[in-house]
Amino acid sequence: MAKGEIVLGALAPHPPHVVYAENPEQNEPVSEGGWETLRWGYHRLARKLETIDYDVMVVFTPHWQTYVGTHFLGLPRFSSKSVDPVFPNIFRYTYDLSVDVDLSEAMCEAASEAGLITRMMRNPDFRVDYGTITSCHMLNPRWDKPIITISSNRNTHYYSPEVMIEQALALGGACRKAIENSGKRVVLVSSHSLSHRHFVTESPLPEDMSREHIYNHSQYVWDMAIIDLFRKGKMKEAIEIMPEFTEQTIAETEGGGLVWMMGAMGMPEYPAEIYGYQSVIGTGNCIAAWVPQPEKREIVL
Amino acid sequence: MEDEIIEFGLYVPPPPHPLLSPDANDGYARLRQAFDTCRERIENSGADIIIVYSTTWPSIIGHQFQANPNSEWVHVDDDFHYLGSMPYSFTMDSDFAAACVEKAEGRGLQARTVNYDAFPIDTGSITALSLLNPDNRIPSTIVSSNMYANRSETIVLGKAIRDALASGGRKAVVVVVSSLSNRMFTEPIEPSEDRIHSQKDDDWNRKILEFFEDGRLEDLSQLSREIHGQIRVQKVVAYKPAWWMASTMGQHNNYHGEVLAYEALNGSGGAVIQLTPSSGSMGDKEFDEDDVEYYHGDRNVLDKGGL
Repeated sequence: MAKGEIVLGALAPHPPHVVYAENPEQNEPVSEGGWETLRWGYHRLARKLETIDYDVMVVFTPHWQTYVGTHFLGLPRFSSKSVDPVFPNIFRYTYDLSVDVDLSEAMCEAASEAGLITRMMRNPDFRVDYGTITSCHMLNPRWDKPIITISSNRNTHYYSPEVMIEQALALGGACRKAIENSGKRVVLVSSHSLSHRHFVTESPLPEDMSREHIYNHSQYVWDMAIIDLFRKGKMKEAIEIMPEFTEQTIAETEGGGLVWMMGAMGMPEYPAEIYGYQSVIGTGNCIAAWVPQPEKREIVL
Repeated sequence: MEDEIIEFGLYVPPPPHPLLSPDANDGYARLRQAFDTCRERIENSGADIIIVYSTTWPSIIGHQFQANPNSEWVHVDDDFHYLGSMPYSFTMDSDFAAACVEKAEGRGLQARTVNYDAFPIDTGSITALSLLNPDNRIPSTIVSSNMYANRSETIVLGKAIRDALASGGRKAVVVVVSSLSNRMFTEPIEPSEDRIHSQKDDDWNRKILEFFEDGRLEDLSQLSREIHGQIRVQKVVAYKPAWWMASTMGQHNNYHGEVLAYEALNGSGGAVIQLTPSSGSMGDKEFDEDDVEYYHGDRNVLDKGGL
């Protein structure tokens, strides 16, 4: 069996607004569009993924929050309706997705061997979180590949960003080991925003783009500083300043997704592909991709 | 207290163990028994609405009120999915939820009703309503906990709900769904090994319970920031349940307090407490922060330059 590999890692923010703006048949609410900079970036990355051979998409989501260890989806199929508890007016999405249980179990076991607390989630009534669904829909709207969702253990809340980084790196390393042993080709997805301060009011028409902007300039400056490190391939430095970035911008990096992905990918020293940056209800969202194979890399933006 | 719009208030814990695994240890069973006692008291009360404030339903866009008259689904907890599924069918009072929104907006708050099929009602609300009002004898509504709200916004929210109760001539039981100390064990434990996560958390919990037993709800409200710093994992900006409960119940210290149970739930402090308005208790209150009638939003202090 050939050695498995990570063929792409994507930072894929999940504001449900982008799915709402797409008007897919799975989502009940109907929009007039909006957030095109992000959506068009997603379209381009989705087209690139169609040119890459991969077997499974592994998603780390901050909207499956667990306090007792890290959990992995553990049944072959989940089918239900996802309603966003925060933005139910724009996201009520019917899904039917498949899970690569073998790889999920292998990652869970590898993480456990690495000293992390883990658990498989095998309750058939479990609803997959809207973060997973949003990122996966935007990256692969045909849903023709199995996925795996990994929960976000809330180490930042319970301990500190430093503890979160240490454990997320260990989790990433364990996942990489399981992927290599599986012989599969895997896309990793870190599903979250960068700066994450929301407006607490909403315009009557959520997609009214005349009302959309970053919450404040500080958030923007921090986001740009991090993205600059992405562009320069300085991911070790990005992870090193992650505690301060997270604290200063209430960043959704607190969940550990980006750190997990960088841990799995060996802390890339090559430039990330940037597909777009835009605010959604005040938060800062960047779509970026890290591609290990040099011949597959490109300059996008 | 015939003119009191609040029959009584309950403070109950959000974890699903008293609902899904009450026999797993003696403490869970005592919590379940306390829930059952409260259920009987609600049935025998004159309440015609149950208002639930849940710390496990976070909101961002202002304050959300559950308004689906037939709210049904099967919920599974993110952490404790292995304990089983939580099917629910709740009767929400759409008109009262709408009245709360109107009164909240009248006091400067952003608010909206939520009425969607398959809306994910949270673990804490499901546990509370399933145990306290299993047959939907009394309609209810659930109020979200805005993750950015601080004291003034939460105090005004409680007052808006009182406005809605008064204008509708309603009598309510209010239910706060919140742990005391909320630090859980981060490794799996056997139910038989469950205990409060640390002695420090237990000490603080017991001091808070003394205040509850003395009916000193307003004093607890004023201690909220201290409680948040001492025994709350910093997931949100503040410990809001005492603010909301005190404001909704009238901002005083005149209650008959009863702690029906206090037990560990995977390390967190779970208590079932009843506060009933009375004519005498610890008496005078002392406000050390402004009382707030109307929410003016951000004060934009940064835009005012060097004053």
